[in-house]
Amino acid sequence: MSTACYHCGANCKETIQVEDKFFCCDGCKMVFKLLDENGLCQYYDLSDMPGLTAKGHFVSEKYNYLDNETIKEQLIQFKIGEQAHVVFYLPQIHCVSCIWLLENLHKINSGIIQSQTHFEKKEIKIVFNPSLISLKQVVQLLAFVGYEPVIHLGGNDWLKKKKVNKKQLYKIGIAGFCFSNIMMLSFPEYLSNDVLELGSLRHLFVYINLLLSLPVLFYSASGFFIAAYTGLRQKWLNIDAPIALAILVTFSRSVYEILSQTGAGYLDSMSGIVFFMLIGRWFQDKSYDSFAFDRDYHSFFPLGVTVLEEGKEVNKALSSLIKGEMVLLRTDEMIPADAVLRTDGALIDYSFITGENAPIAVAVGQMVYAGGIQKGRSIQLEVLKPVGQSYITELWNSPVLKTEKNTEKSFVHPWSQYFTIILFLIAIISGIYWSIYDTHKILPAVTAVLIVACPCSLLLTVSFTYGNVLRWLGRGKMYCKNASVIEAMHKIDTIVFDKTGTLTNHDDTHLEYTGTALTVKEMVAVKSVTRESLHPLSKMVTQLLLLQVADIIDFQKIENFIGKGTKAQCDDLEIIIGSVSFLKSNGIIIKDSIEENIEGSLVCLAIDGMYRGGFKINHTYRNGIEPMMKDLQARGYQLHLLSGDHPIEKKYLQQLLGKNIPMLFQQSPADKLSYIEALQKQGHRVMMIGDGLNDAGAIKKSNVGIAVTDQTHLFTPASDAILEGSQIYILNDLMEYAKKAKLIIVLIFILSILYNIIGMYFATSARLSPMVAAILMPISSISIVALSALLSYSFSSKLRAHN
Amino acid sequence: MSVIVILIIVSVLVAGGFLLAFLWSVKTGQMDDDYTPSVRILFEDNKCLDKKEVVEILPASK
Repeated sequence: MSTACYHCGANCKETIQVEDKFFCCDGCKMVFKLLDENGLCQYYDLSDMPGLTAKGHFVSEKYNYLDNETIKEQLIQFKIGEQAHVVFYLPQIHCVSCIWLLENLHKINSGIIQSQTHFEKKEIKIVFNPSLISLKQVVQLLAFVGYEPVIHLGGNDWLKKKKVNKKQLYKIGIAGFCFSNIMMLSFPEYLSNDVLELGSLRHLFVYINLLLSLPVLFYSASGFFIAAYTGLRQKWLNIDAPIALAILVTFSRSVYEILSQTGAGYLDSMSGIVFFMLIGRWFQDKSYDSFAFDRDYHSFFPLGVTVLEEGKEVNKALSSLIKGEMVLLRTDEMIPADAVLRTDGALIDYSFITGENAPIAVAVGQMVYAGGIQKGRSIQLEVLKPVGQSYITELWNSPVLKTEKNTEKSFVHPWSQYFTIILFLIAIISGIYWSIYDTHKILPAVTAVLIVACPCSLLLTVSFTYGNVLRWLGRGKMYCKNASVIEAMHKIDTIVFDKTGTLTNHDDTHLEYTGTALTVKEMVAVKSVTRESLHPLSKMVTQLLLLQVADIIDFQKIENFIGKGTKAQCDDLEIIIGSVSFLKSNGIIIKDSIEENIEGSLVCLAIDGMYRGGFKINHTYRNGIEPMMKDLQARGYQLHLLSGDHPIEKKYLQQLLGKNIPMLFQQSPADKLSYIEALQKQGHRVMMIGDGLNDAGAIKKSNVGIAVTDQTHLFTPASDAILEGSQIYILNDLMEYAKKAKLIIVLIFILSILYNIIGMYFATSARLSPMVAAILMPISSISIVALSALLSYSFSSKLRAHN
Repeated sequence: MSVIVILIIVSVLVAGGFLLAFLWSVKTGQMDDDYTPSVRILFEDNKCLDKKEVVEILPASK
């Protein structure tokens, strides 16, 4: 009988119970009890099973480094008397219950004065009393209830980012205020000829308008002038240049008309277009606050390490770690720097670095590399190189990665250049025309052309369309860093996949037994033996057998060889379980033809000296990979596969993906990087899809790097886009949709050309009245925005169908 | 007609008031998060801040 855990909703057996509630593990039960004791059970009423699996392990020593004063200083933003403010990033925040629990932390520990969550950024701001609760205890409490903060010493980058956003909002607010008031005061002017007799009020209105337009010109529109200026200095005519020119011309002509009392000017159109363009830019830039796209290796490493100094444990900041120091590494901690192993028991999981799945046993005196995670018991390491010079961190310093990517100008810019050239031609032609027929109309006609036909509509189209496309891709759970990623995706012709963690599901590896069937008694015995070992493979064997049998028997004798295998005597059964070489060294003859190099992912079993079979790790490939790959190939993409793992599954992969896909195995991070580089030298535009630190170099080097993640965006290497692992099967549709962005922009641009032709008709005939301009401007802007939203929606039907 | 002058001034002042309100709300961070407050308001006895007043910090102060 299985049921859902009351806390986290995971499937569980009805073994751990409180009253009528069942739990999947002791961790979940403990969290429930804590909440129950503090009267916080409303947590479970707000959403069904909101909790996060505690997974039954909780290492409190992990946060010892938070007692280090320098680290504390960097994390605590503000401290005065009995109050300290700290902000943590909690990627686990996902529902109303989360907010409720996190904002009620003060009920659990009175040292916490206030906690406030920011749902969209997935941040929590905690105000606590350092004399009652230490920073370490705050973090431990958060981790205990399931919200383990991702701590990185990014300093106060988030503050800077916030300020920039605010400036944009100020500009929009001021432009909106001025625009609406100028519009209101301009109405009488439009109608004055026939309905209203304005008299001296007309002057009052236009002067107020002039006053109101100043902040728009000097503050709100300043961004366009700056961008145009920097573009011109680099001898590059960007889209901002003609816009800035149009704004200037409109303003100058309006000032001239007002001062010479010949008209009311076009200040309403000017401030309106600035307002709309600012909104467009804001809409496009409002991206995913809670995602970190620019992480370098620093974010992956722990902040602090435990160093042994004369037998005493001392917490040190990672950056101050020097050569020759002895580091104490506990279970599940990451190796901070390349080092030599000094005590035995090392079982290092390099999956994040190399993509290899099974942990590796390392003997005393051997090298261990930064980024590996210790799976066995506590070990001691002697640091060989400072953190910045480790094997993995050196990748980042390679000059190949220093070049900026996607520096190519957007396809919109050449358009705006042609647009500007044509615009000037029309202005000149109409100037020549009027110089022949009516010299008084030269200036009005020429300026009117520049006013009407600024590429504002092009900018509006682009920013709103990219904004919409980014949002729809986000619904498909692909989160792009910015709009230029979409454009880079248009040009991709080659896609390189990583295997482990990208095509396969990390969390969902399982074992398969092949060999002669085991009797119940044998299964019980094997299970009893394997549960004594901490080796992850051994744990997996236990898990597998747990599904078959529940009993446990005692064994008379057990010998554990760390990283190799286990020998035990259970009643009358002699069990030897472990790696191929371990069995061979015990004199077991293995009949099956097993390749030596798959050692790490195979557990062999011998009972009473007879080889019985092996437990083999089977990756579960994500659903829908095969049709997705076929579709991508049909669309003309070249596919490649790079894996850090052994080629055990090559045959299966060929069957899955097709035989013509180049597949490379046992690739180091540097190999992957140079592979991408080689492809790019052949003129390909490469998209790299990977997950771990081992792909980080390749992701960074590629034209579009996508990080695949399963856990709510924990640990993603620096990338251009983040894709949720469950969504990789719709990659083809996402790519197709991103490509549609260009089509949408072209379609709307044609529409805006139509508006321009109408405006040109009025302009070249020197009949552009402020009223025509004031009608044309909002109609074109609003219809562009609406059409962009409509087209992006209708093209997204395939993406919506997946949800 | 002079009443229009007064009305115009009043209307610009009112609009200016709203502009100031908007600028203030941006400055104090009310536009930062548009989801959490909508949920928070539904929680019962959310805060127990009567014990201590939390010192507010502005981002610029650090």
